[in-house]
Amino acid sequence: MSKNTLFDKVWDLHRVCSLPGGSDQIFIGLHLIHEVTSPQAFGALKDKNLKVKFPSRTFATVDHIVPTDNQSRPFKDILAEQMIGTLEKNCIDNNIKFFNIGSGNQGIVHVVAPELGLTQPGMTIACGDSHTSTHGAFGSIAFGIGTSQVRDVLASQTLAMNRLKVRQIWCENNLSNGVYAKDLILHIINQLGVKAGVGYAYEFAGPAISALSMEERMTICNMSIEGGARCGYINPDEKTFSYIKDRLCSPDVDNWQQAIIWWKSLRSNTNSIYDDVIKIDASQVEPTVTWGITPGQSVGVNQKIPKLNEIDPNDQFIAEEAYEYMKFNPGQEIKGTPIDVCFIGSCTNGRISDLRVAAQVLKHHKVARNVKAFVVPGSEKVAEEAKKEGLDKIFKDAGFQWREPGCSMCLAMNSDKLIGNQVSASSSNRNFKGRQGSPNGRTLLMSPAMVAAASIAGKVSDVRDIINK
Amino acid sequence: MNQKFELPKGKITQIYGKCISLVGDDIDTDRIIPARFLKCVNFDSLGKSVFEDDRKDLKGKHPFDIEDNKGASILVVNNNFGCGSSREHAPQALMRWGIKVIIGEGFADIFYSNCIAIGIPCFTLPPKIIENIQEYMKKKELFFHIDISNSTAKSKDLNFSLNIKETSKKMFLTGEWDATSKLLENETLIVEKFNYLPYIKFNCK
Ligand code: SF4
Repeated sequence: MSKNTLFDKVWDLHRVCSLPGGSDQIFIGLHLIHEVTSPQAFGALKDKNLKVKFPSRTFATVDHIVPTDNQSRPFKDILAEQMIGTLEKNCIDNNIKFFNIGSGNQGIVHVVAPELGLTQPGMTIACGDSHTSTHGAFGSIAFGIGTSQVRDVLASQTLAMNRLKVRQIWCENNLSNGVYAKDLILHIINQLGVKAGVGYAYEFAGPAISALSMEERMTICNMSIEGGARCGYINPDEKTFSYIKDRLCSPDVDNWQQAIIWWKSLRSNTNSIYDDVIKIDASQVEPTVTWGITPGQSVGVNQKIPKLNEIDPNDQFIAEEAYEYMKFNPGQEIKGTPIDVCFIGSCTNGRISDLRVAAQVLKHHKVARNVKAFVVPGSEKVAEEAKKEGLDKIFKDAGFQWREPGCSMCLAMNSDKLIGNQVSASSSNRNFKGRQGSPNGRTLLMSPAMVAAASIAGKVSDVRDIINK
Repeated sequence: MNQKFELPKGKITQIYGKCISLVGDDIDTDRIIPARFLKCVNFDSLGKSVFEDDRKDLKGKHPFDIEDNKGASILVVNNNFGCGSSREHAPQALMRWGIKVIIGEGFADIFYSNCIAIGIPCFTLPPKIIENIQEYMKKKELFFHIDISNSTAKSKDLNFSLNIKETSKKMFLTGEWDATSKLLENETLIVEKFNYLPYIKFNCK
C-alpha cells in the first residue's frame, strides 16, 4: 500500500470518517459543475428535500452544449437552451457562483477553474466530468463523478469512496523538439494500455514532467482517465505557485506564504512508497497519432499501424474492430492519411499555449483545399489573450474558422459535428466510435501542432518537417 | 426493453433474471449512450436510446434488439466496460432498458461507482469463465439467481461464486448505496472538516 505520497496525505487530510461498509467518506474541497451532469442532481436534491450544504465551495460554468458560432440567446437548439436555463436557475436558487457566457470567465470547466485560481494544490476536487483529472496538474486529488455523486457533494460536500492505489510514472530525459505533452501522454497510454490505471491514481514525475509548463502538465493529467486512472497528479513546484499567484480566487496576499508552506508539505518525497513505479523515456517519444478507436491505439507518426500479430493478444479483438471502423489496413503507414476536418480545442489542448504553438506552425501557410479547419478556444480568457496576441488573425489568414469558447467537436453536443465517415485530426482526447458527432466519423488524436501540420498538408504529416525547415 | 420500470430502492439482496451477453473489451460510455442523448434534464427517456449507434449499425442483430433477449436484466460483459466519460446517463440508460446487474471481467472506475450509486451491483469473474458463460449463452437461454450476500450466481446447470468489492456488497445489503442520507449522518464531522482545512480560508473574497 502506498504511503506518504501526495495522494496519501491529501486523502488522509480529507477523510471525514470510515463508513460502516468500509469505504471512506471524503470531504470535497472544490466542486465544479456544468450544464450536462448537474440538472438531475439538483432534481434529486429537491426530491429529497435537501439543500446545498456549502454553496461557496461549488462553482459553475457552461461548456458542453454551447454553440460556438452564434451564442446569442435563446440558443437555436431548444434543448441546449433548456439546459443552460436550468443551470442558471439552479445556480440562482442555490446561491452558486456561475461563470456564464459573456462574463469573461466562461469556458470549459477544466480550463476555467485553473485560470481563476480555484484549482490549488492539496485540494480534493470533484466534477461531473471524467476529465476532472486535469486539475491534478496542480497537486490536487481531482476526479470525475457521476450525477448521483454530484447530488451527494451538493448535499453533503462529501463522497463515499474507496482509496486508490498510487502508481508513479517516472518520465526520464526530455521531450525532443516538435514533441509535446500530448505526444507524451498518448505514448504513456499506448505503453501501459487503457485499462492499466483502473483502481489507481497516477503520479507523473521525473525530469520530463518538471520541465513542462503548467498548461502542458494539465494536458498530461487530463488524459490520465484515458489510461483508466480516475485521477492523475503532479507534485506542486515553483511553476505551480507562480501560475496560481494573483488570480481571482487564489490565496490572498496575507495567506500566500502560509499557502506555499502548506503546499510544499504535501509533496511526495524520498519517504514516499508507491504501489508501483513505471519508467518512461521521454526522449524516445515521437509525435504520436492514434489510428484506432481507443486512445491507446496510437503510433509514432513515422511508424506503421501495427499488424494483428504485433498486438497483445488481449487487445486484438478491439484492434480488429478498429481496423474495420477506421478503414485502415494493418501495417499501413499513418503518415499521409487524408484528413477532412481539423479541430483545435478541448480541455486537453484548448489553452493559450496550445493556440500559440499551432499558430506558430500555421504562420505563412494555408489550410489545404477541401479541409475544414476550426479552432475553439478553451475559454473566454483564452480567446481574449489570443486576440491580444493576434493569434486569431494568424488562424483566420491560414483558413481556420475562429469560434467562440466551448467543448464543441470534442464531443459534438452542439452543431459542430463530423459528417458521414469524415476523418478528423483532433487535439481532443477521445477517438471513440461516434465521439465527434457522426456514428461512423473517424478521429485521429494528436497534438495541436500536429493538427496544424495536418491542416496545411491535408493529410497526417510530421510537424517537425515544417518547423525545422 | 422492459415495460414497467421501477427505480431500485433500499436493500438489494437477491436478483433473478435472464442474462444478455455483450462481447468486447473497452466498450465506452459514448457507445452505451451517444452524447446527443445527454441533452436532457432528466434520465427518464434514456432506455430506448441505449447503444443507439451500435444498434443501428447492426440492423436488428445487436443483442439489445434480439427478440430472445427481451426482458433480460443481467448483463454479461468483458473487460474495461464503461470506460470513458463520467456520464451517469450510461448506467441510467442500461437500467432503464431493464438491466439490474452486470457481470464482467472488469469495469472502468467511474462507471463502476455510478452503478453502485444508482443501485446496479457489478460483479467480476475471470476472463475464461466469462467467455464460457458467453459461449453457453450462444446456445441456450441463461437465467441466474444471484444472491448478493453469498455472492453467488446459480442457474439450472451453472453455479458460480462471483467477486465483488466487500464495501460495495455491504452497501447493497444495507441499502447504503443510496448514499446521501448516510453521508449526512456525519454532519458534525463534515462541518469540522470544513473549518479545519486551511485552504477554505485562503481566499476571503
Ligand atoms: S472538452 Fe471534451 S473532454 Fe473536455 S470537458 Fe468538454 S467534452 Fe469533456
